[in-house]
Formats: sequence, structure tokens, C-alpha cells
Amino acid sequence: MRRRTLLKLAGATGLGLTGCATTSSPNTVGAPERARVLVVGGGYGGATAAKYLRLLSQDKIDVVLVEPDAAFVSCPLSNLVLGGYRAMTDITRPYDTLGARHGVRVVGDAVASIDATRRVAVLAGGGTIRYDKLVLSPGVEMIWDSVAGLRAANQQGRILQAWKAGPETVALRRQLEAMPNGGVFAIAIPEAPYRCPPGPYERASLVAAYFKAAKPRSKVLILDANEDVTSKGALFKKAWAESYKGLLEYQPQSKAIGVDAATNTLKFEIQDDVRADVLNVLPPMRAGAIAVQTGLANSNARWCNVHWLNFESTAAKDIHVIGDSIQIASQMPKSGHMANSQAKVCAAAIVAELNGWEIDPAPLLSNTCYSFVDDKRAVHVASIHAYTAAHKTFEPVAGASGLSSAPNELEAALAFSWARSIWADTLG
Amino acid sequence: MPPTLRPLMLAAALLAAGSAALAQDATTLRARSLAASCAQCHGTDGHTPPGSAMRPLAGMAAPYLTEQLLAFRSGERPGSVMPQLAKGYSEQQIAQLAAYFAGVPAASTP
Repeated sequence: MRRRTLLKLAGATGLGLTGCATTSSPNTVGAPERARVLVVGGGYGGATAAKYLRLLSQDKIDVVLVEPDAAFVSCPLSNLVLGGYRAMTDITRPYDTLGARHGVRVVGDAVASIDATRRVAVLAGGGTIRYDKLVLSPGVEMIWDSVAGLRAANQQGRILQAWKAGPETVALRRQLEAMPNGGVFAIAIPEAPYRCPPGPYERASLVAAYFKAAKPRSKVLILDANEDVTSKGALFKKAWAESYKGLLEYQPQSKAIGVDAATNTLKFEIQDDVRADVLNVLPPMRAGAIAVQTGLANSNARWCNVHWLNFESTAAKDIHVIGDSIQIASQMPKSGHMANSQAKVCAAAIVAELNGWEIDPAPLLSNTCYSFVDDKRAVHVASIHAYTAAHKTFEPVAGASGLSSAPNELEAALAFSWARSIWADTLG
Repeated sequence: MPPTLRPLMLAAALLAAGSAALAQDATTLRARSLAASCAQCHGTDGHTPPGSAMRPLAGMAAPYLTEQLLAFRSGERPGSVMPQLAKGYSEQQIAQLAAYFAGVPAASTP
């Protein structure tokens, strides 16, 4: 109700959200105190950027976060929901704390368009927001039409992606529960890069764990457009050989190009059709729609090139892009942890810039990613990426990366602690 | 914590940390930003959520944290991700991290 009033007011006055009475910090006059940063997208990247813009500026920057969803739903751990080991409430967190503790104004809307010249964002709900700096963290958009028939099949709720955790996660779980013992679950993986490189293999593993316990005559089929498992390959294959022999089958170099929703059939570039009882098709992905629409996806018309010291778009001034939408640097995964890392470097650079300070010339990004192979064991990959002035990009620091030696129970516990920490770091 | 205690806590933090943690200039901004690369696991400013398996870094003595990070880096101290991640930080960065977290008050409640 409050949001609606706020937006109505904004629309009526034509001043956007400027000077709105609901702000938790006074709009004091004078730069940089009154500078406003608008953050678009409340995932791991955007929510972190909003919080750290406030923290690092000592609340001197006015921060507005626009996010249509009422709550944060984590993609990491969402495969445990598909396996039946966790509930949606376990992976859902409120946005309230960003406002209550950090004075971020959270606006429950979507950005419909951006005028980069006038530095104004127009909301789907009709309001406008003026900004000095814009941080875009819109995640990924599915390129539905690259798999014939998939858009319609998805809209009908027949063939799901569940790659953005939310209602589709619940719906896919229902499909798995309804599947008879002896049925086939097939997951189609697009060519890299896509969001969360190890995610599809973790999903296949957890569905296999569920089948093994509840429907042991069933089968998991992984149809991968890539030449091999794109992340943690040896660890996943070890788990599959040890735990899911005869239950899980991995087929590389299998690029899905079409679906037939009526028969639940997947069509490939080369291989024969595959029919499954439950089909989970992940199409190729690109930068979130608002980034593409604003003309920022200048790498293959899919991803957004950025200047790595401050994550400013190479296509538009004062627009910074972070998270899964960017054209990645070498060995940089599209992960929630990485988006959180990028958000902090971006926020620090914006704070420095608005204060007239030199931007940190040697920032660093960390990544840690846990994947479950069943409900009790997990594996990790971790790395540090440092900015190198010579190449003007982030590069993995030699020696500072690695994997688990084997699936283990300790790292399952660490994975849950990681999740609680990063959710608090991102939102709390 | 009652809301009225927050400013007190903040003041205490300022006192304890001197200019290290919260005063604002380009150098402290960088230190805080570097320390934020630990926060995904160890919590914002080294405060982990209750019951976390990760060690809270806030208030940890600088010599101890330096020693542990160097031990992870050299392989002397085993672990899961830390022996790998610690190799990504220079000795100077490790000293900056240790000084930063030493200047942040440890949480008063678990």
C-alpha cells in the first residue's frame, strides 16, 4: 500500500522518487551527500550493491532498489527443494532488512525503460526515478526461441526451466513427485556460458538421490550441449559412478534444438529424439532484458562488456552492470557469490568516484561455490580473481583456486553456513 | 538488540576501531572493500550469523589472523576452501585484513 502511494505520488508530481517523505535518510543538499544510485534487480548482485553502497558511503548516498519480487529467493540451494530435502521457505528471505537496517528504499516494481542521457528510469508501474549512477543487476533472460517450441511449452507450464528459483521450482518438484516409478527425468543443458555452471549437474544428482530413495526404477538423463561437464566434472562423475550407477546417464555433445510438448520429446541437432516423463530444458541465456533493451549487451548481442575497475558499461556512461549479465572474464563463473563480489567492487568504485577519490587500482574478487551430490554430501570450487593492470581485466590468481578432493559431509554443513552468511551479507 | 542500543554500539565501534573501520577516506574505503571479499562466508565485517560453522573474524587479534592466513597460504594449516583462497592474497593484503578485522568489535551477542 505504502509503495503504491509512493509511486502514485511520484507519478503525480513528475519528480520521480526525489524528496519522498518515506526516505529513511534526509536528502541533504550538496554533493556527494545527495547523489542517488538506483539499483535494478534484487538478486545476489543488486541487493549486495544496494547494501554496500550505503555501508561504504556511510549512508551518504541515497540508494533506491527496484525489484518486482516481494522476497529474495535463492537459486543456490534451490536444487535441494527439487530433491525434496528443503522447502521454499528455507531459501526465501525478506527484503525488509535492506530498508530497516541500511536505509535502502526498496521499490516493488520493475524498470520498463532507461533514458541513459537524461539519467531517468521509467517504472512499469508508471513512476520515474532520476539517478546519478545506475547499477544494473538483472540476471539472465532465457533465449526461448533458440529451442523451437519451448516458449509455448513453458508458458503452458508443461516444460519448465526452474533456473530462476521461484514458482517453477515448486512446479518442477510437483512434476517429479507425480512421475511414476520407472519414469525418466531429462535435463537439457545449453552451451556455456550460462548461469551457475555446476547447477545442472547438482540438479541431476539431487533428482537421482530422490529417485534412488523413492522411485528406484526411474532414470535421470543429462543431455549436455557441452563437450564435457562444465564444472567440478571429476567430482560429479565420481559421485555418479559411486551412487547412481544405472540410474543416471550422462550424454555430452547433445544440443537441444526443439521440443514437442504434446509428447514430451526433445529434439537434437544430431542425435535421435528423446522422450521423457519430466523434461527440464535450460535454453541458452543472455543478459537480463532491461540490459539488452538499453543497448548494453554489446558482446555477441548476449552479454554486457564492462570496464573492470568499476563495472561501468562500455556502452553507456554512469550505468554499471554486475552479476550474470556481464561478459565474463577468464574463468569467472556466473555465480551468486561472484555477483556479490562484483557488487562490492562496483559499490566501492562508485563511492570513491562520488567522493572524488581515485578508484582502487587493484580490486579483488572471491568465489566459493558448493554443490550437493546427494542430501548429505557436497563439493566445492573456490577461486580468487585479481585485477591486472597490464590486461585491464580480472584474472584468476595462479594457485589460488581449487576443488574438494571428494564429495564429503563436512562441506554439506559448510554449504548451509555459506548460504546463511551470504544471505545476511547480501540482505541483512 | 533494542533499536536504541544501536547508536551506542556504533559509537563503541568507532571508539574501539579508531579510524580503522569506519572513518571515511580512500584508504579505509579500500580496506573495508578488501575485507568485504571475506564477508560472503564470514559475514559482513566478520560477524557470522548465529550457529554458523564459519569463524567470525570480527575482533580477532591481528597477529593471530595474520598467522592463520599465512599458514593457510603456505599449506601448513589444512582446510577446505581457505588453503586455496588464502593463496590469492598478498602479505600486504593479509596485514590489511588482519588490521581491519581486529578493529571491528566482536559481536556482543552470539
